[in-house]
This record gives sequence, structure tokens and C-alpha cells, in this order.
Amino acid sequence: MEQIQILKDREKQIFEKKDGGAAFDLSCETTSLSGSVSQRACVFCGSRVVLYPVADALHLVHGPIGCAAYTWDIRGSVSSGPELHRLSFSTDLQETDVIFGGEKKLYASLIELIEQYQPKAAFIYSTCIIGIIGDDIDAVCRKVAKETGIPVLPVHSEGFKGTKKDGYRAACISLMKLVGTGETDDISPYSLNILGEFNLAGEAWIIREYYERMGLQVVSTMTGDGRVDAVRKAHGAALNVVQCSGSMTSLAQDMEKKYGIPFMRVSYFGIEDMASALYDVAKHFPDRPDIMEKAREIVKSEVETLYPQLQKFKAALSGKKAAIYVGGAFKTFSLIKALRSLGMSVVLAGSQTGNSEDYRNLKEMSDEGTVIVDDSNPVELSKFILEKEADLLIGGVKERPIAFKLGVAFCDHNHERKIPLAGFIGMYNFALEVYQSVMSPVWQFAPRKGGQK
Amino acid sequence: MKHAKTATQNACKLCNPLGACLAFRGIENCVPFLHGSQGCATYIRRYLISHYKEPIDIASSNFNEDTAVFGGSHNLKLGLQNVTQQYRPEVIGLATTCLSETIGDDVKGILREYKKEQMNAAPMPVMIHASTPSYQGTHIDGFHGAVHAAVQTLAEQGTPQQLVNLFPNMVSPADLRHLREIFSDFSLPCMMLPDYSKTLDGGPWAEYHRIPPGGTPASAISLSGSAIGSIEFTSILADAKSPAAWLEEKFGVTRYQLPMPIGIRETDRFFSLLETISQKAQPEKYDDERRRLVDAYADGHKYVFDKKVIVYGEEDLVISMTAFLREIGMVPVLVASGGKSGLLKKKLQELVPDLEETGIKVRDGVDFVDIEDEAKLLAPDFLIGNSKGYTMSRKNDIPLLRIGFPIHDRFGGQRLHHLGYRGTLELFDRIVNMVLQQRQDDSEIGYTYL
Repeated sequence: MEQIQILKDREKQIFEKKDGGAAFDLSCETTSLSGSVSQRACVFCGSRVVLYPVADALHLVHGPIGCAAYTWDIRGSVSSGPELHRLSFSTDLQETDVIFGGEKKLYASLIELIEQYQPKAAFIYSTCIIGIIGDDIDAVCRKVAKETGIPVLPVHSEGFKGTKKDGYRAACISLMKLVGTGETDDISPYSLNILGEFNLAGEAWIIREYYERMGLQVVSTMTGDGRVDAVRKAHGAALNVVQCSGSMTSLAQDMEKKYGIPFMRVSYFGIEDMASALYDVAKHFPDRPDIMEKAREIVKSEVETLYPQLQKFKAALSGKKAAIYVGGAFKTFSLIKALRSLGMSVVLAGSQTGNSEDYRNLKEMSDEGTVIVDDSNPVELSKFILEKEADLLIGGVKERPIAFKLGVAFCDHNHERKIPLAGFIGMYNFALEVYQSVMSPVWQFAPRKGGQK
Repeated sequence: MKHAKTATQNACKLCNPLGACLAFRGIENCVPFLHGSQGCATYIRRYLISHYKEPIDIASSNFNEDTAVFGGSHNLKLGLQNVTQQYRPEVIGLATTCLSETIGDDVKGILREYKKEQMNAAPMPVMIHASTPSYQGTHIDGFHGAVHAAVQTLAEQGTPQQLVNLFPNMVSPADLRHLREIFSDFSLPCMMLPDYSKTLDGGPWAEYHRIPPGGTPASAISLSGSAIGSIEFTSILADAKSPAAWLEEKFGVTRYQLPMPIGIRETDRFFSLLETISQKAQPEKYDDERRRLVDAYADGHKYVFDKKVIVYGEEDLVISMTAFLREIGMVPVLVASGGKSGLLKKKLQELVPDLEETGIKVRDGVDFVDIEDEAKLLAPDFLIGNSKGYTMSRKNDIPLLRIGFPIHDRFGGQRLHHLGYRGTLELFDRIVNMVLQQRQDDSEIGYTYL
């Protein structure tokens, strides 16, 4: 078979861990190369995914119809109450709006939608075209906020103004405007905010329950099962616990600066990281040994149940090779550990938005021969999956068909998943899903696995 | 209470560039390329993949702030170069976006420059350029725009030959395969554009493919100028946007405009046209298919008679669906589309003369909240349309029959048939089964024979 070539301008973003290989200097945090078919989306996407789960806010996309249509009910973020976030609102700009400006349409849309749906707040997303036609959305938002009495928050997420990461930042800036506007009288000193947890398939509820069992008060989850009022009083919490650090660390930093709330990075995927998360949080409250005690109890009882269940999967999966390509680099660390606990090795690891520190860590924990990629594309992913003979790919919707075409198993670890993969129960679900895909008898018919060509 | 409505809520349409990318996927060895932000390409890929379950690589010129200020020329050229190198395509299908259109990039000029600059480089792919600003029209405009641009770029004058151009509109890969089969059974050579029957519903790969196999070759599109006729399945496509109209004007290729062949009457019309063009009788296989369909109509007619439905989707799809539903005795109480050609009602009237008397309401340019508001008043028994109607279907407890695009919440949307006697029979079976299932579910007795 012919060798698949890598674009020259992409070479700096690919690294293979080898003895005596090139010094590690993976290029990252740059805009995607034109024509490279990046798996990334845009600034708007970054903002939209972060704010999307706030369930009692109005999310109005200011621009032509596409941006709103493609993000309608897109995430598996569930709500225990209102579900306004699952509707799609757009100013649906037409040619005349582009010529004469969209401010009037934005204003009218906001007034009527707020009247109709009575949201607790409104997020107004700027799309590419707004950055060009120069609508003053800040002014419209101020005006509507004044008239309706609810916070109306502009999100400066013009698609071309940076990368998905800049979109995360824009979302955090909007959230920060809400933080600090609520009452904090009923908040215990033993409390925290869960940041960067989007309640996909109810994951935030699993995590929240662990913390509550430890005796901690969860002030807000941002943004999973999110509520405007909870965000407003988030500054009353004693600690910010940040998962999905790429998206939410900037909010934690802002809150540290403004309200003196310390933060820590955690991950809820895999037994090891899930347990560390609970211990690390417990350590933050040294004057309450009972919290650590409870954390230990939770870990003990959960692991006692889980460990024997995992053995069947481990027996079947030992020696299999996995490729990982996900949005955030932090998740790849947990996935590598989780896969190792199932006896699997990782031959390809990459992310859309990792930073230098992430990739250095990734290199440290990777096995020899592992390929590390930043902002990769289908051609590269296929190349390394084939060359490294991966048995499994972990990714999202866009990566899935690559795996299936090549007769490789797949686990959806992206924001559309419908099965919780976080927490101890999540580790079971993860192992089960990997097992079900890797061990399926259908691969015997795949041409690459000996099936008819 | 009736609310004033400015914003679009739960859109019943997609943006222009999506349709163009889909159509470009139906050209052999072609990479769709969006001139705009990275997100457009990625969102559209994700949206299409969730329906077709196939790899769909769409390149992007990946605008940044400099590009937006100084123009997209540099990024576009670099992107074209990288795509050429990485994919080695024969064709690049270039579609614009709201961003590149608004800053006023002269794409034609940039392409001219690029071709000049790359003169000595390795083989240059053919560039097809469709202008698809997202603030105009809907995905269906992008779809037709891409096909139109492909024909304009590639068609050549030639000695007239036994060849028919077929512009099938936005239908499923299964429909495309069926249309191919029909032409083949008539022994009528056909240039069908687009043809994503393989690229978007193909087999497993023994080795890696940069571009999935299948699609209409550029060389075949070149011959469209020497065809004896063009058939286009549309009622609403304006002359200026119709590739068939362009071929007629430029090369004298006779244009036949037909509604999508759904239902017996519209399929008869299509087959009779094929008989005329091929000067052959309809193959017996299709006589049989038609007979089976008529027989099924008889067997199932009582279940469906007078059932009220709302049908929504692209204008051409709902026009033909309405004709079909009327022919089996169902009442489309509302025919709705997010598209807005301005011709929906007029063209429906041509196919369904008793439109007014039957009380069929027709609305274009609507979103799903409009349709839901209507549903509350009209109390239909069923909804028929793409899977984006599920939200209102669930909320209002009205069963939904999924047809067309997208189908994101059921398996096999790419393999559903809609066209011809065969497609109509499949639709009819599914409609009857939906009624039966509802009867069974609602019955206290739980009949095992229905």
C-alpha cells in the first residue's frame, strides 16, 4: 500500500516518541492550516459548547441560519428542570440585514423571545458575519437588559477570530459577568463549584453525588444542568474544581483573582483519576477529616464493586492497541490510564486544543512508539491508525466513520455521547463500550481483518 | 396568544454551503472546499456524517482576523495547494460562505491568479466555484448552485449522442441507485449529477482512500452538452439556477422538468418520458413494480384514508409527497417548508387541483415552532418529514414518519427509498405500518391480526 504523506506545514504538530528521536517541541495553540481539513470547529463552537448546558437561559445565535441549525440540541447535556437550551434560536440574517445591519432584528428577536420564554438570562452569540458588518451587540444587549430586567450577555464568538479556545475564553468572560451577582448567605465554608462538567448523559449528577456524600455543598455546576441563579452565587464557594481544563481554567483564574477562590484541576475518567479527584478535594479541607474519611469510603465501596466487573473486560482486551483523538488534551491523560487498567496500550494520542505543557505531559506518560498529534485531520489519523495497527479509536462523531471504514472499533468520547463515562460507574460503561466494539464479531467481515475485499 | 415572530426558532432549513458540499460529494474524485471559517466545514461535516455515517472530508480556507481584514486570497491559495497535495483530487468543489461573500472576496479572480501561479506545478485539479452565501436561500439553493456550477464549468459542445442528463435533486443514495438502475434497464446512458450513491453509502475499505470511491466523473459531466435531453426533478428551480435550462440555452439540450417521481401519477409521468426519449417500452420489471404498488394501495387504503398529516421539508420534496398523499386518500392539512421560492403554492396547485377545497394549508419560509403552532390547531394524526421534527413530535405526541434529510435519530436514512414505484411502495408500507402500530398501541385488546 502506498505511503500516506503528511503536509509539510503539519510536520511540526506531529511527534513520535522514540529513543534518541528529535527533541520534543510540538507546535500547538496555532490556527489550523488552511486546506488541512482540521477536525476543529471555530470560536463560536467553543463558546457554544461551554454555555450550551445552561438550561434556563436563552441562547440566541446572531447570524445566518447555519450556526444555530448545526448546534440545535447538539450536546447530550441533560437538565433536571427547564430545557430551554435544547431549542435553537437564530436571528437568521438575510442579505438585506447584512447590508443594512442586524441590530434591529437582534433587538426585536430578543424582546419577543424573552417575552415568550421568560428566561433567567440571555446569551447572544456573535457569528463571523457580525464581526464584519459591525453590529454593536453590546449596546443592544445593554438596552434589552435594561428593558427586560434580566442579564443579557454578549458572547464575542465570531468564528474567525481565533480558535475554539478563544471561544472558551469568550464564554468564560460572559459567565464571569453573572458570577458575583447572587446572594451567598446560605453557602457553607465546605463547598465547591464543579467547573468544566457538562452533564453529558447525567455525568454531573454522578460527580455531584460523590461530593455531597463527602459532606460538601455543591454551589454550582458549570455548566452541566446549569442554572443562571447558581452561576450568580458561585463566588460563594470555597473551591473551584475544574475538569475539562481547556475550557474552564480561565474562569477559575478570574474567580481566583477577583474572589480569592482557589482552584484545582481534576478528571473524572478512570478509577485512578476519579479517586484522585475526590482525595484532592478532600485534602483541601484539612480541618474536616471526616470529608477525607468519606472520600475513602466512597472509593473503597465503588472500587470493590467495580474491580471484579472489569476483569472480564480486561481479560478480553489485554494487548489491544488504542488510538485517541479528542478535543482536550487533559482527557487523553485519563484515557491512557483507563485503557492501561484494561490491559490496553495507546499507540496514538492527540487533541484539538492541547497546549505545550499538556503535550509534554502526554509525552512523559506515553509508551515508546506512541505518536502524538495536535490539531490532526482524517488523513493523518488514518495513516497512524493503519501504521500502528490500532484496534480501537476513541473520538467523536467526525472520527467515527474513519474507524468503521477501516474495520477498527470505536468509542464515542465526545459531547454527543448518551452513556455516562465519568465517575466509577462511567469507567464500567467505558470498559463495556470498548469491549462491545472491539470484541464484536462483525469485524471478521472487514477487508482489513481478513474479510472479502 | 400569537407572538410576533422575528427570530427563527428550530429552523426547518440548513445553510446554503451544506447543500453545495453534499452535491460536490457526488462528483468523482472531488474534495468539497469551503471558503470561510473552520467551523463551517466542521459543523457541516458533523451534520452530514450523522446522517450518512460515512467519512466526509470538507476542506476549509480557515479564515483568521487578518484574512477577514485583508481578504481571503492568501488562505484560499494555500488551502487549495494543501488540498491538492494531500488529497490529489481531480476536482475541487469550492463553495463560499457568509464570511467570504461579505468581505467581498473575488473568488473568480483569485482562482485565475492561482491557476497562473501554479501553471508549472503538478496536475491542477478542475476548480468548480459555487457562490453560496449563507444569508441567501437554504441548503437546497447551495445544492442546485453546486450542480449548476459543475455543469457550467465542465460541459462542452459535442456531437449529439444517446445520452440523457439527470438532475435528480437532493434525494437519498438509495434513490440514486434506483434511478441508475431504471436508466440502465431502459438501456439509456445517463449522466446523473450529483451521484453520491457510493461516496455516501459505500462499502468497507480494504485500504485507505483519500477520497471515497464513486461519484460522477468530470469527463462524464463534460459530455452533458452533447446529451439529447436533460431531466430535472424540480418544480421550483428558477431558469437562472437550473443546469438543465443552461444546457438548453447554451447547447440546445432539450430540458424536461418533472416533479420528483413520488406516487403513481408522478412516476408514470417519469416513465412515460423515458419511453419517449428512449423510444422503448417500459421494461416489464417496472410494470410489475407498478402492479404491486397498485395492489398494495388496494390492500392498505382503508388504514390511511382521511388520515390527517403535516408534511414538511424541501419544497420539491413536499410538493411530490403531497401529490402522493392525496392519491392514497390522506389529507395533508399543512404542507410546510423552510424554503421560500415563492412558487410552493402555485406548483402544488398544478399537481393537486383540489388543494383549496381539501383545505390544505401551504406555508413556506417557516420554522418548526410555526409548524408546531399549526399542529396544535390542525391536530394531525401524523407528521411526515426529516428527523428534526422529532422535538415537536414528542412534545405534542404526534407520531413522526422520517423521510428525506436529515435523519439523525434512526438508522439507515441513507438507504430509504422515496422515488419511483419502488420508493413509493416503501413509503406506503411505512405509512400503513405507522397507522397499524398506532392502532395496536392504542388498543386495549392488543389484536395480533390487523
